[in-house]
Amino acid sequence: MTDTIGIILICIGIAFDFLGVLGLVRLPDVYNRLQAATKCVTFGSMGILLGVIVMQGFTSFGFKALIGIVFIILAAPTAAHAVARAAHRSKIPLAKISVVDKYEEDKELIDETLKEEVEV
Amino acid sequence: MEIKTKSRIIVFIFALLVWFALTDIKDYQEALIGIGISLLITFLAGQFLVTTAKSQHPVKRFLHFIIYIFRFFWEMIKANFEVAYLVIHPMLPIKPGIVKIKTKLTKDSAITVLANSITLTPGTLTVDINEDKKELYIHWIKVSSTDINETTKEIGEKFEKTLTEVFE
Repeated sequence: MTDTIGIILICIGIAFDFLGVLGLVRLPDVYNRLQAATKCVTFGSMGILLGVIVMQGFTSFGFKALIGIVFIILAAPTAAHAVARAAHRSKIPLAKISVVDKYEEDKELIDETLKEEVEV
Repeated sequence: MEIKTKSRIIVFIFALLVWFALTDIKDYQEALIGIGISLLITFLAGQFLVTTAKSQHPVKRFLHFIIYIFRFFWEMIKANFEVAYLVIHPMLPIKPGIVKIKTKLTKDSAITVLANSITLTPGTLTVDINEDKKELYIHWIKVSSTDINETTKEIGEKFEKTLTEVFE
């Protein structure tokens, strides 16, 4: 029984991982691709690890999977945030379809505060 | 109690629990090494976990944190179906853009958790934070409004209330 549930969870995980990869190919620019990559891949990997926990129970094996889930939740959004910020700072444009970019409008202001910080 | 000592005690207990969970203890030597390593970690990096005093009672904070986790997972599942729908749809009905939202949170840990939650929930990704003005720049895959008050309401507010209880 637990094996069946575990395998179903792993299959759901793989399906969402696949959708994330599909999004990575289909969506236009780096920011949209990050959206697909972080959300779907985080959820998919969590599903796979959850399946492992269900199949193994709370042995040391299952607990390692649990710690894996915690670290994925902590690390994936942080990495996406870092990549998005770096991309914007190195002037990679948003896709033409985009409607608004408040960050670009405020950028000079942010740069000034950064300079002040460096001087201090 | 001084806050650094408190932080060290929490780190020590946490590290020891993780050690006991990861190793199937068969021998007293394994437990001894676990205690030794936990002490080493505590003295190297113990003071960084808790840096500011919290106003709420720990039990109340813990309960709110549980509520927050459930809300977070619900939002995350919704986010995944939304992105999956967008990706499968043959026309790609997206309308991306970067918007600003305001936040009332003040503690570093609270803002970090808010930013991470926003990244993992429907169609939004935190790009940068303006710490002086308490504003977050969010890449939104389906922009419905560019007005700062409306975006705040739509993106930030659902987490903010619980996070205030937990981290402030």
